[in-house]
Amino acid sequence: MVNLKIDGIEVEVPKDTMILKAAKDNRIDIPTLCNLEGLISYGGCRLCLVEISGSSKLFPACTTPVSPGMEITTNSNKLKEYRKMTIQLLLSERTHICSVCVANDHCELQSLANQLGVDHTIFERNWTKEEIDSTHDFLVIDRNRCILCTRCIRVCDEIEGVHTLDLRLRGKDAQIIMDMDNQWINSCSCTSCRKCSNVCPVGAIYIEGEPVSHTKKKDIVEFIKTRRNRK
Amino acid sequence: MKLVDLQTIAENEVDFQRSYKHRINVCSSSGCILFGALKILKAFKDAVKEFGLEKECKVARTGCIGTCSVGPAVLIEPGDYLYQNVSTEKVREIVRDHIVLGLPIKEMLYKNESFFKKQKRLVLKNAGKIDPHRIQDYIAMGGYSALVKCLATMTPQGVICEVTSSGLRGRGGAGFPTGQKWSLVARAHSSPKYIVANLDEGDPGVFANRTLAEADPHAILEGMLIAAYAIGAEKGYLYIRAEYPLAIQTLQKAIAQARSMSLLGDSILETPFKFNVELRLGAGAFIAGEETAILASIEGKRAMPKPRPPYPATYGLWGKPTLIQNVETLANIPMIVLNGGLWFSKTGTTECTGTKCFSLTGNINNPGLIEVSMGTTLREVVFDIGGGVQNERNFKAVLVGGPSGGCLPEALLDQPIDYESLKSVGAIMGSGGIVVLDDGSCMVDTAKFFTEFCVEESCGKCTPCRAGLARVKEIFEAITKGSARLEDITTLEKVSAYIMDASLCGLGQTAPNPVITTLRYFKNEYLQHITEKTCQAGKCFKKEEGEQKQ
Repeated sequence: MVNLKIDGIEVEVPKDTMILKAAKDNRIDIPTLCNLEGLISYGGCRLCLVEISGSSKLFPACTTPVSPGMEITTNSNKLKEYRKMTIQLLLSERTHICSVCVANDHCELQSLANQLGVDHTIFERNWTKEEIDSTHDFLVIDRNRCILCTRCIRVCDEIEGVHTLDLRLRGKDAQIIMDMDNQWINSCSCTSCRKCSNVCPVGAIYIEGEPVSHTKKKDIVEFIKTRRNRK
Repeated sequence: MKLVDLQTIAENEVDFQRSYKHRINVCSSSGCILFGALKILKAFKDAVKEFGLEKECKVARTGCIGTCSVGPAVLIEPGDYLYQNVSTEKVREIVRDHIVLGLPIKEMLYKNESFFKKQKRLVLKNAGKIDPHRIQDYIAMGGYSALVKCLATMTPQGVICEVTSSGLRGRGGAGFPTGQKWSLVARAHSSPKYIVANLDEGDPGVFANRTLAEADPHAILEGMLIAAYAIGAEKGYLYIRAEYPLAIQTLQKAIAQARSMSLLGDSILETPFKFNVELRLGAGAFIAGEETAILASIEGKRAMPKPRPPYPATYGLWGKPTLIQNVETLANIPMIVLNGGLWFSKTGTTECTGTKCFSLTGNINNPGLIEVSMGTTLREVVFDIGGGVQNERNFKAVLVGGPSGGCLPEALLDQPIDYESLKSVGAIMGSGGIVVLDDGSCMVDTAKFFTEFCVEESCGKCTPCRAGLARVKEIFEAITKGSARLEDITTLEKVSAYIMDASLCGLGQTAPNPVITTLRYFKNEYLQHITEKTCQAGKCFKKEEGEQKQ
């Protein structure tokens, strides 16, 4: 077991626990977006950054393991500012219009914006015209809503084990693709398991004609968790 | 081949080379080849034949001599006569006057003595002197004797001690102590262990590593071999940009030659030590030079960085302990082993020992490849070695450290070159690029250019670098088009600080450096652009072609 302090609270967690889990197990909430329990941590969204005393750097709580005597701050003013900045950047990066989004009211980005007090963005909104692929029988991907958290890629690879989804291009142009950038209907590896739509934190991958409130089932996330643990 | 054989080869080669009275070294690095160096090489061979001097005069292709602005460059030994801008027509004249009559043609010699005087060439000592395509040339210069010394007389621990005492720090940019890195990998329990030599030099205007590989490939291989011996690795990967065809070809040849002389392979110099090197070609991403992204790329995955910890020293290639070193760091190793760490630590400053290679470019009189002791000031580099600003214009700024370096004004030119001192003023050592800007350049435009580069090269993994840099670029577009407001400067400052702190890897963490330093040292230019909508240098506010037509 390892003893450390999170936000001034003494906690004791098993060795090699990630800071995020150590905090969560002790009811300290750190916002996350790309992280999903059961999938290999990605460290991409940078929402879960925390301060560790003795270092001027910020560390992602999802991929940094605890060490004895660590003193962690999860909600300094700087971190709060940075989290707001992250949300603002994500909101302005592609086309996010809540009122016409299938995920409205069930969107992790939207609820984080509310929770962190983001009421506007200081950046110009970017109205992207990325490709929407609705060729699949029932799955749709609207890349304009994608925040590149890669949960779908990871669930497809790590849980379903087919690795249909991946990224093409880089930077702001990065896109989720199927197989070798095929249309979804032509994907020969996709098993139509719907896991990607279930883990998408926003409305980028969804099931046609069904609001996300119907399709997003908590038990799928539970399933992912247990599958991972059994290994 | 045995340990003693190496000595024989060296002696034979030295004798062979001494049998020639003159040696004509034709610089055949990428730059000079573009100027027609290979034709010059042939012309020299023909001219030497014509005068019947084949037994007296050796014509050799070599790596970069350093004076890239006056290529093709030809160095005639003895006496180190450096001929500049040699053309095929002049070759016959040079051979006749210099070799036959013994009268060097003064008008054609390189005149900027200060270019070499203030340099200290340790890593580049063989550059321009040896034929990089002949392993014998390298052996004759004492090459591979450091490896022999290690295998015959030193324990792996002893080698690490020597490297630690030399104070050598990683030349890839971050400056992590090399000896410490080696002992971390050596102590890691898991096996096999790997070595990765990083030659993925992707910065615009930087060519120091490429030139090193083109000029002295065996120094890199020998450094890798010694590192492998010290940490207990049996396999190394040399990761090189596919955009460097000549360097790739040179290294391929060097590896084949080393293998045929059992300097690489299963029982090196008939000892139990084994080590193999594989070349890996990059797929054209700047990010692949990042420590963890290079590993992903070698594993055959998309070059995306991973959060650290775990560090590659304990969990690198395929989860095994991996030593990643820049090729320049590795090229330092043989001389440290031969002369001792203490000898090495006498060069440079106490905190930063040794030398550093820089590609000196921009509006400067003597651009080229240089190597200076740590602690040399930027002023010496720009005005003494570089010969000052081109076309009698005034100095404005110097960009140190490539696209994510800092733009420093004249007032900071007395800053010595070392990791900490550069960092304290907002620049970085980076991959060794120094770009000099004259008073005709616009600092806003410069910062915009480098931001655009980083936007293009961001891998897209983390939000600050992917989305943040793109927004910074948009603000720059607004400033240079005249649609920005004063608040945008505050936004720039805020977002830059955020990108630096919150990004996952070195690319994002350093990408805002040009923005931050130009805001710090040249803020009036930003204000001018925004409030007066003028650009003194005349670079901005140009209407795009489409707009003009309307």
